[in-house]
Parts: sequence; C-alpha cells; structure tokens
Amino acid sequence: MDLAIVWFVLIAVLWTGYLVLEGFDFGVGMLVPILGRNDKERRVLINTIGPVWDGNEVWLLTAGGATFAAFPEWYATLFSGFYLPLLLILLALIVRGVCFEYRGKIKDPGWAAWCDRGIIAGSWIPAILWGVAFANLVRGVELDANHTYVGGFWALLNPFALLGGVVTLLLFLLHGSVFLALKTDGELRARANTLAGRLAVAAIVAAGAWAVWAQLAFSVPWTWAAVVVAAGALIGVWLANAKGREGWAFLFSAVAIVAAVVLIFGSMYPDVMPAFNPENSLTISNASSSDYTLKIMTWVAVALTPVVLIYQGWTYWVFRKRISTAHIPEPIGLSMKPEGSVTHV
Amino acid sequence: MSPFSASLPVTSTRNRAPRRFGVDVLDLARWQFAIVTVYHFIFVPLTIGLAPLVAIMQTAWVRTGNDRWLKLTKFFGKLLLINFALGVVTGIVQEFQFGMTWSEYSRFVGDVFGAPLAMEALAAFFIESTFLGLWIFGWDKLPKKLHLAMIWLVAIAVNLSAFFILAANSWMQHPVGTTIAQRGDTTRAEMTSIGDVLTNSTLWAAFPHTVTAAFVTAGTFVTAICAWWMVRLMRSGKAADATIARDVYRPGLRFGAIVILIAGVGLALTGDVQAKLMFQQQPMKMASAEALCETENGAAFSILSIGDLNNDCEGVTRVLSLPGLTSFLADGTFDSTIKGVNDLQADYTAKYTDSAAGGEQISYIPNLALTYWSFRLMIGLGAGSALLGVAALWMTRKGRVTDSILLSRLGLVALPMIFVASSFGWIFTEIGRQPWVVAPNPTGVDGVWLLTARGVSPIAPGLVLTSMIAFTIVYSVLAVVWYRLMHRYTIEGAPLQVEDVSPERIGGTPGGAESDDSPLSFAY
Repeated sequence: MDLAIVWFVLIAVLWTGYLVLEGFDFGVGMLVPILGRNDKERRVLINTIGPVWDGNEVWLLTAGGATFAAFPEWYATLFSGFYLPLLLILLALIVRGVCFEYRGKIKDPGWAAWCDRGIIAGSWIPAILWGVAFANLVRGVELDANHTYVGGFWALLNPFALLGGVVTLLLFLLHGSVFLALKTDGELRARANTLAGRLAVAAIVAAGAWAVWAQLAFSVPWTWAAVVVAAGALIGVWLANAKGREGWAFLFSAVAIVAAVVLIFGSMYPDVMPAFNPENSLTISNASSSDYTLKIMTWVAVALTPVVLIYQGWTYWVFRKRISTAHIPEPIGLSMKPEGSVTHV
Repeated sequence: MSPFSASLPVTSTRNRAPRRFGVDVLDLARWQFAIVTVYHFIFVPLTIGLAPLVAIMQTAWVRTGNDRWLKLTKFFGKLLLINFALGVVTGIVQEFQFGMTWSEYSRFVGDVFGAPLAMEALAAFFIESTFLGLWIFGWDKLPKKLHLAMIWLVAIAVNLSAFFILAANSWMQHPVGTTIAQRGDTTRAEMTSIGDVLTNSTLWAAFPHTVTAAFVTAGTFVTAICAWWMVRLMRSGKAADATIARDVYRPGLRFGAIVILIAGVGLALTGDVQAKLMFQQQPMKMASAEALCETENGAAFSILSIGDLNNDCEGVTRVLSLPGLTSFLADGTFDSTIKGVNDLQADYTAKYTDSAAGGEQISYIPNLALTYWSFRLMIGLGAGSALLGVAALWMTRKGRVTDSILLSRLGLVALPMIFVASSFGWIFTEIGRQPWVVAPNPTGVDGVWLLTARGVSPIAPGLVLTSMIAFTIVYSVLAVVWYRLMHRYTIEGAPLQVEDVSPERIGGTPGGAESDDSPLSFAY
C-alpha cells in the first residue's frame, strides 16, 4: 500500500483525536459564562478539563508536525494560505491556555473575570474558525500553478465555509455540554443536560444542512455513509441525553465528530487541498514526502501513538470522578498584593 | 562542487519570477521570527532546567521524608508552572510559523526537517503535557512514588523535546543525511538517513550546550531566589526566621549553586567543542564572531572592539585583545591560520554565486556587529552565574548562613543576566548563519543549501506586519503578567507548613471513591 495514503489517513486520525478531545474542552470553555453562574461553578467547569486540556491540544501540534513531515507542500500552502484565520486561532489558543493556567494563581474577582474573558474568547474563536478552514478544504480553494494560495482572506468567508464554522461551533458546544453532564454533579449536571438537549437539535439541523450541501456540491458518493453515521450519532446524543445516559451521549457526540472528519477527508481524497482549477490541486502524491521519510515516520507513529493513547486514557481514568461545587476547595491563589510588608533588600 | 549545483535552479523549489514583495516580506518575516522565537526561548531554558531540579527536590523529599524538600518542591514547583504555561503556549506558534511565513523554506526542507518536529510532538509534547497535568492535580490521587514519576517524566520529556528541535536546527546549521532531489518541477532536500540526522555532530555539540545552559539558568534561578530569602530572613532579627533560612533556603541555595558549577563546567566545555566544530562547519560565522576581516596566523580574541556598526570591515577597531586565543578556540593551537571574512566572501562568491544566488552578487557575511557582540554577551553575561555559584557556596560553607546583601544583590544581577545570555547565544547562532537559512555543509553532504531570502512565503507584507504587531502586543501583555506572577510567588516564599496528602497517607484509594465529597486537594 502506498505510504502516502497511509499518512493521509494518519493525519485524518490525528485531526480526529484533536477535534474529539479539544472539541469538548472548547465546548467547556465556551460554556463557562453560560453554565457557570458564580465563581465556584465556573471553577467546577474549568477543573473538569484542568488536568487534560494541554494534552488534548498536543494532538493539534502533532497533526501540524506530521503534516510538515509527511506532506510539506500541504503544510506550506495551507498555513501560508490560511494565514489570518490561523493567526487568530493561534492567538486564541495562546490566550486561552494562559488563562486556564493563571486564573487560580491570584485570588481576586477582577483577575478571574479577565481570565474568564480570555477562556471564553479563546474557545469561541477557534471553535468557529476550524469549521471555516475545513469547509474551505472541502469546497476547494484558489491555488496557482506553484500551489500557492492566491484567493485572499475574504474568499475564505464564503457561505459554505461560514456554515461550516457554525457546524463546528454547535458540535463543540454539544460535545462540551454532554461532557459536562458526564463530569459534573448536582445543579450543573442538570443544566448541562438541559442545554445538551437543545444543542443536539440545533446541531442536527445545521450539520445536516451543511453535510447535504457538501455531498451535493463537493463530495463523493461514499461519504454519504459518514453523513448517515453523523446523523444517527447526533440523534443518539439527543436520545441518550434525554434518558440521562450521559456516557452514551458523550460517545455519540464523539462519533458525530469522527464522522465529520471522515466526510471532510473523504471528500478531499485523493487531493489534500483541492484547487478550483483541478490541475493546480495539491494531491496526496504531489504533496507528499519521499518514501524513505514516510517509512521512518510510519515506524515512529506506529510505535508511539498506541503508547500515547494508553497514557492519555489512563489520565482520564485517574480523573474520572465527577466534580461538584462541594469538591472545589477555597481558592489557593495569592492576593494581588502581598499581605504585610515585604522588605526588599 | 556538488554534481547538483550546476542544475540547481534559482529559487529553492521552482523557477519563479522574482517576488513582488520579496524584500519587505523577508524583513518582516525575519523580524517576526526573531520576536516570537527569542520570546519563546525566555521561558524554555528555565523549564528545561527547573523541571529536573524540582524532580530532584521531590525525590529528596520522598526518600528522606524531610519536609524542607517538600517545601522547596512546592515553592519552585509553582514558579515552574507559571513559567511552563508561557513556554507551552508560545511553542504552538513555533510549530506553525514555518508554514505561515516560511512556506518556500518548508517546501524545500519538509522532507527532512519535518520529521524531528513531528517526533518532538509525538515523543515529547504528549508526555510533558499529559504527565504535567497528572503532577499538578495528582498529589492526592496517585501513590507517592508514582506521583514522583510524573515530574520525572515531565523533566525527561522537556529535555527530549530540546533534542528533537535541536536536531532540526542543527540540520539547518549543517545538513547531513540528505540529498538534493528533483521531483516534478520541484527541487527539494530529501532525507537519506534519519540516523545521520540524529547523530549530526552539530546536534551532539548543540544539545549538551543548550541543556547545560538550561541547567545553569535553573541553578541560577534557585540560587538567586534562595539567597534573597536567606539574606532577608537573617536580617529580620527573629530566631524563627533564621531557622527557616538555615533549614529550608540554605539547602536550596547550595543545591542550586552546585548545579550552576557542574553545569557551568559542562557549558564551557561543550561551548568549546561547538566553537571548534563551527570553525570547520561555518567558518564565516566564527570569523564574524571575531570580526576577523583579514586572514590571520595566530588570530587574537578581542575583548573589546569599536565598530561603526556599518557592518563592514573598515569600521572595526580592536581595543583590547588576547593574542592567539581565536586560533586556540578554533583548533587548540595558538598559531593556526584563521580565514577572515573577506577571503571567505571570495570563496563563497566563487562557490555559490551561480548555484545558490542565481548569479547575483550577494554578501555572504552576516551582520558583523550583531554576531560579534552577541557572541561576547553570551559568554560574558553567563559569567555572573559562575560568580554567584562560587560566592553562594563559599558564604554558606560548613553550615554557615549569611546575611550578606552582597550575595542577594549578586543573585538579583546574575538572574536576568543568564536569561539574556541564553538569548544572545541563539541570536548569535541564527544571525551568524545568515544569509543562509540552510547553511552549506563544507565537510560532508555538499549541494543542500538555501538562502534565507528564498525561503520566505509569497504573501503580502501587510499580513506579516499584522501578525507581527498582534504577536508583539499579546506577548508584551503576557510578559508583564508572567513577570508579576513570578515576582509575586517569589516574594511569597516557600510554604511554612506542608502536608503530605498522598493517598497512602490520607487513607484514600487511588482515584478516589465516587461517593467521596471532600474537597480536592488541588483545583484551579
């Protein structure tokens, strides 16, 4: 089997890992102001992902690094072409990560409020922009004969891509709310459950519309299977959530995201970046690295990815307990100014 | 000459008309790369060095049960986490900026350069991020020794990360395990041996040099902070304070100082090895480091020179120099011949003007003033740490504690100096490589090279300007926040009381029972 195709699949797997895992922690971040009505509740929400968000984000770095190693042309065209959206995503991820880590460091309502703003903006922006970016990959973009993106920024904000942004936004909100229903207790759990029911309906409508549009305009017949799976999974989320089967609801929302990635990558295949003029498209074969590099990287990926899955899985097991407001200790952050005088020598 | 050179096209990857935005985008992209990378590397050395030091402190606690080590672990652990966060988030940019602003570079090198980057993510980033979460939140969830293993995994992973990224960088300094390949209408570097890439002599000089620098940085950090606290407590006049100074900060200070001295010796030795290697691999970089314009026998090492910063040889006047030292740095003898930049420029012109620069007459000389001074500042500013290490050990010899303001002041001076020294080390390495982004390898694989100017993305300058301004603003705000948090947590000091909350001590079960409603020992 052609190793370049293996790597196309592996990169789809890495993006799947990223979107499934960071999908719910984007959702949690976006829901901080919606579900968390006071500081303690917000801390419950943040602490459901506190130990794991950074590990989730590494899936993105790995997807980026793997794209660079396996498809340098794709890496070069994609990130120089989608420059501004990527810049916004990077800035959002920077601010969000710092705010997660620094929020509890200082015991001060104003400090917490600023960090919350960072978490909220830093979660909403990428949740939308990843959808916009992937929808553009499905739709195709304007590449010149040198495989350079020449479409400009505004062309990326076409209706199909914007609807794609709404879809990832709703999927991540849904994924985050079912995750919170699974990981919290008491009133927050009930609120997350109610919200998840509504979001499931919205996600079915938006994702359904986008998927049918994608199928009719841009994709290939076999990805209808992914559309059916996604639709079934989203209905499954709604049903499981209505019955209070939170584990199943979370599993179904994860399956819906997997199906979305299958649809996206399936529709691109055998291109990695379809161009409006098909002659200029970046394909699996013209964008890939040499066989030697792909062989080395295959060994590395085959050896390490299962290990990563095992220890990341173990982390989720260690932190498997539900968190309620009763579990949240008094803030351990320091006051903004030292208490008592400190003499500087 | 390489058999490929004659056929190498003007641009790295394809024949293209000169770019409309060439110069502007190039300057902006270089500035942006410098800003985000130098900024990232403020936090990185401290993380690489401090993670193992905290792991050693925690090991000392687990093995001896002495609370002083748990206090130090908690104290420096918090500072480590504040610093770690910024290293992580600014690292995200590093992973993507090659594609964003250096797309033509990425196309040319991706087959080789991408591999260590992907390996870094898979082998190092996953470990450090996952196990750091377990360390932060796992004090009451994991058995004591397992919890200790978490910080050790983090400490190993951050150093592994350094190895892979230096493998990538060393390949740019000295490409090995690679060949030029034609693929359709694209010419690019392809990997021929991952073994060669990972055993690159440049890598095995740069990796220990960088890691020992990181340990000196972390040692300086621990020593300076413990010194400040010891002196402050000894001067308060209270017996209880003096006890803390003796019991907690003295062991911390001596530990930090020993790390400085051991790592410092390693730093000097590896620096020497690296310099000798660079004289062979990038003679232009080393001649520029000395602003050695003309070829000399027994070349001197100047401590102070006056230049007019015009980046040319006419303006350089040496004020103070040590005879023969540059020759000694190059190959261990005081009278060897070192080629000056003017002769090297002639050599490079003969060799690369047609093949790499498309017949264009260009300067192969890096910015002389910057190369010269960054080399000296790297060495000179690092000396403050050595002084601190020796002074700290001497003043606390045989059970002594000290209230010497001289020591605490020395710490406060040496601490920022070592960060600046690290930055200048990288500025020297990267500026000294210019005008190349992938420097030609004169001692091995010939024919793989790329001028920086050919690596930049064909994008509008406005885009790069926008991102450069955005990064600068966000990074400036974060720098202020980082500094204030580090300062606030430093002046708070080590906790006076610590509690062992490990599951075996408090009688819980690992992971905790579902019905347990007691508050978590740690939460954001």
